[in-house]
Amino acid sequence: MIRRIRVTLAAMVPAVFTAATAMASQPQPAQDGFVPVTGPISEQIPAAPLVVAAYAFFLLLMVFYLWTIWRRIGKVEADMQALERRQGAGAGGRGK
Amino acid sequence: MRKLFVPLAVVAAAMFAYAPVGIARVPYESTMLLVQKIFYFHFATWMAVTASVAVCGVASAIYLFKGTAVADHYAVASAELTTIFCTFGLVSGSLWGRKAWGVWWQWDARLTMAFMLEMVFLGYLLVRKYGGPGAEKLAAAMGIFGAATAPFIYKSVDWWRTVHPQTTVMKTLGDKFPAAWNLVWFCTAAFLVLFVVMLAARVQLEYLRAELDRAYLAAEE
Repeated sequence: MIRRIRVTLAAMVPAVFTAATAMASQPQPAQDGFVPVTGPISEQIPAAPLVVAAYAFFLLLMVFYLWTIWRRIGKVEADMQALERRQGAGAGGRGK
Repeated sequence: MRKLFVPLAVVAAAMFAYAPVGIARVPYESTMLLVQKIFYFHFATWMAVTASVAVCGVASAIYLFKGTAVADHYAVASAELTTIFCTFGLVSGSLWGRKAWGVWWQWDARLTMAFMLEMVFLGYLLVRKYGGPGAEKLAAAMGIFGAATAPFIYKSVDWWRTVHPQTTVMKTLGDKFPAAWNLVWFCTAAFLVLFVVMLAARVQLEYLRAELDRAYLAAEE
């Protein structure tokens, strides 16, 4: 009888161990609903500098690009005027 | 276009003067809060990129197959504007992603394809500047292929799993968040008017350059 009890207990040990391991590896039950924050609130990454940076970058990019167009148009117009002056001087020189 | 330039510039300036007021007044989005406010210019700039890429593709095709000089002016002007708006789109997306995803950049399908679009059009401008004789035709071919990538970039978020929101966000925005819906289309209209104004100014620059080249050739003869 005692021998039979020992064998039964010996057989149960691995089964209990397996069940305990399986229970331990079960995922935690999902949190039921939202939980309010306790203590001071602080965000990990502040959003305001990112938003300000995005809109400031846009403003600077547009101002810079419009300035480059204005500068390039001015340069082409200056070249045209210089060419016209040279042509005028050449025609004047030939006329004399 | 010359008659409309000043009125359109005034309209663009007025719209961009109002846009920050509208963005400040619109309610926060429930999950992203403040950082979601980047969305109004971020979406609008990609709409401007779409318009710019489309103009570049069509103008490049016209120049390549018909040799129309005006089409080439539009192609190079819109290619440059594509890089400008695309730069802002990538930077604003990165700033938004820093908060929303916790990283500045993610090599997923949408972001990588948008980055490649920027590279293609920067390549276009480099070919135009340093390609030598015949570079216009080579660049036109690049413009057509660059434009052909746009639909793939748009649909990439639906075809592949990406961290970027899907196109359904815009489809449901009108019902879920009407204030944001109205404002994002207002900003898009502002960007498109700005795009037209800058395109007109940039085309005028190309026209003046062509006039100068003709004047130099005439002077040499």
